[in-house]
Amino acid sequence: MSIDLSQFFEVFFEESFEGLDVMEAELLNLEPGTEDSETINTIFRAAHSIKGGSGTFGFTSVSDFTHVLETLLDQIRDGQRQLTAEHVNLLLKSVDCLRALLSALQVEQTPDLGDANDLRQRFEVILGMSEGSESQNIQETVQVESESTFQIDFKPHPHLFKTGNEPLYMISELLELGELETNVFYDAIPDFENLSPDECFLSWRFFLTTARSESAIKEIFEWVEDDAHIEITVCGGLFESEGRSGINLTEDSSSANAAVSVSSSSPATKAATSAKKVETKKPAEQSTTSIRVGIDKVDSLINMVGELVITQAMLSQIGEQEISETTITSLQEGLAQLAHNTRDLQENVMRIRMLPISFVFSRFPRLVRDISQKLNKQVELKLAGEQTELDKTVMEKISDPMVHLVRNSLDHGLETPEERVAAGKDPVGIVTLNAFHQGGNIVIEIMDDGQGLNTQRIKEKAIANGLVQPEDELTADEINELIFMPGFSTADEVSDISGRGVGMDVVRRNIQALNGSVEVSSAPGVGSTFTIRLPLTLAILDGQLVKVAQHTYIIPLISIVESLQIDITKVSRVGKDLDVLRLRDEYIPILRLYDIFTHQGAIEELDKTLLVVVESDNHKVGLLVDDLLAQQQVVIKSLEANYQKVDGISGATILGDGRVSLIIDISGLIKLSGLKRPGSQELLVEAKAIEVA
Amino acid sequence: MKKILAVDDSASMRQMVGFTLKKAGFDVTEAKDGSEALAIAKQQGFDAVISDINMPVMDGITLIRELRSLPNYKFTPLLMLTTESGLDKKTEGKAAGATGWIVKPFNPEQLLAVLKKVIR
Repeated sequence: MSIDLSQFFEVFFEESFEGLDVMEAELLNLEPGTEDSETINTIFRAAHSIKGGSGTFGFTSVSDFTHVLETLLDQIRDGQRQLTAEHVNLLLKSVDCLRALLSALQVEQTPDLGDANDLRQRFEVILGMSEGSESQNIQETVQVESESTFQIDFKPHPHLFKTGNEPLYMISELLELGELETNVFYDAIPDFENLSPDECFLSWRFFLTTARSESAIKEIFEWVEDDAHIEITVCGGLFESEGRSGINLTEDSSSANAAVSVSSSSPATKAATSAKKVETKKPAEQSTTSIRVGIDKVDSLINMVGELVITQAMLSQIGEQEISETTITSLQEGLAQLAHNTRDLQENVMRIRMLPISFVFSRFPRLVRDISQKLNKQVELKLAGEQTELDKTVMEKISDPMVHLVRNSLDHGLETPEERVAAGKDPVGIVTLNAFHQGGNIVIEIMDDGQGLNTQRIKEKAIANGLVQPEDELTADEINELIFMPGFSTADEVSDISGRGVGMDVVRRNIQALNGSVEVSSAPGVGSTFTIRLPLTLAILDGQLVKVAQHTYIIPLISIVESLQIDITKVSRVGKDLDVLRLRDEYIPILRLYDIFTHQGAIEELDKTLLVVVESDNHKVGLLVDDLLAQQQVVIKSLEANYQKVDGISGATILGDGRVSLIIDISGLIKLSGLKRPGSQELLVEAKAIEVA
Repeated sequence: MKKILAVDDSASMRQMVGFTLKKAGFDVTEAKDGSEALAIAKQQGFDAVISDINMPVMDGITLIRELRSLPNYKFTPLLMLTTESGLDKKTEGKAAGATGWIVKPFNPEQLLAVLKKVIR
């Protein structure tokens, strides 16, 4: 039977890259001296899996390299060696190196082993290894050409069966080696009363005439060395003159080594052939990029396909009947059902492209560690909103601008520990990455608690570069905006980290190419925040469907705090036309959706409707709706692209029944209703005053 | 059809072992760690178990020890997948009740050849 191992390569690469990510993340968590065994174990297992897989699938360059890594980790794990900062650095470098090796192998290129060999040598120095002790095991001794006869005494210990071994199969194996004479001794079998059926009382003496060497015989009994008395002696043929040279197997471990050398030969040839393949194939075409999809998404797809099949069966059944009025009705129903199913399926397939932003965030701990070491700054990286989903294509393109902004924060934003202490701050600077959905956008924030933008210097620089005139009156925000202008760089000297001639203008351009925007806000001495907003034409939203008059609107589930029936006695009117509900200790302004969207025929009495309390930008408001309908995931379609921008609406979606439904943009709605206008806060204060009175 | 339980935390190894055994006519169930394997093994019987050693949650040695203590697995061949560097693991595994071992790296043919020692 021949099995093409290449069918498992993709899974192997996938899991190896995942393993490397795990290693990297865990290594970054390690503080030498305080490491816990589980972390070391996790790192060890990842390395071990990569080594095992690469060996099995014939990627010897990877398995050889991983071997030294594994050895070091094993020693640390067993407590034979103390983890040092040098180890961590080397291990991190190895992760990079392995990633490069595997990436090259994945596109069937011959990997560059330069780095790998350097690193390997450094590991070997640490390990005090002289090379080649392990891998170069003795080849199996040359096949004995002529036949010889072996006498094999095999006397299992009574517990042999309990190890799961079976003498019968061993005898069959012997039989395959050559001509076998079997003598069985059953004198050890006790009386029936004392007979324990679990135990082995038989023993054997075989005479095997074979052309194979003794090690082939030893291999058969390899697993039971300790569970039986085994003696193999040559009693005829080539070595007859030597007489009975008894060899006690249990004291000889070369048989194990023989097994090793056999197994390594075949992958090596595989590697050679795959190396040859490389030259004929066009390099660097990474054709099969794959994405990981949550099993729940796949399950729901399967579920939908199931429904599709049912609908299809229903339709074909109708097709077989004679056409009558009733069949036409059910045909129409069936077709509607089919349309529904198809749409669901389509939407769910699109969902597969959505991935949590943690895919991008996960590369930052390492980046921050490396850069902060280079800069001699102490930095803590905080991540939030990692589960926010984002379209895969958008994700790939946002990574580079984010890297640039983070480098920038570390280099220019954060101060050195000394400066921080002098400014009365914690010596450890904090950089925070945050992501969340807002309306139809994903918002990514990169915050630091550094010195903030130096408006004075920015202005001077801008004047020097002729971007603004000295007499221009600029607000702080306008000055901050200048950093996004082409040809602007404030770093007094171009540094290795961020000042590579690529300015913030490129960052902005790249983000704008994604139909996004980037803004900065900054406070001197407190820090700066870069906010990236990206539209999500493909974004999926968990929505609450609500009824307003005859229309269905969708409220993003994430912004809903609670839904309730209004207790009319807790409502007070403030100002001209604003109702406020006292809810526990808060005052919630009530927004009448029918009013805002000018629909006729909605329920206007407060006590007959429902109030959906939503929150946005730390503002709570209550939305008055006729009824709550289903909750479902909806695909956001851009209104701008298909119609035009509508205030208070972030997008639209198509419901299961084919109708278009609008998605409410809470923060836009609040703005629209005028609650954020100056003076609205006073209204709430007034409401409180009324309540007290 | 003989039933085999294949346990490995690495998906590619699991697939390779599973695919090879299925092609050879075995009924294969896969598990990703010792604890999952143990739960499956308690629900249904197997004619042999092949397990990796280094796994999260529950490692292979523990799995073998647990299995061997179950009445249904008193005589069942329990094989472990080890690396060449794991000689002391072999002893540890044997002490836990392992029947034998398969040395990594191995190819499908070697796997089947070794399996013939305990299951036919």
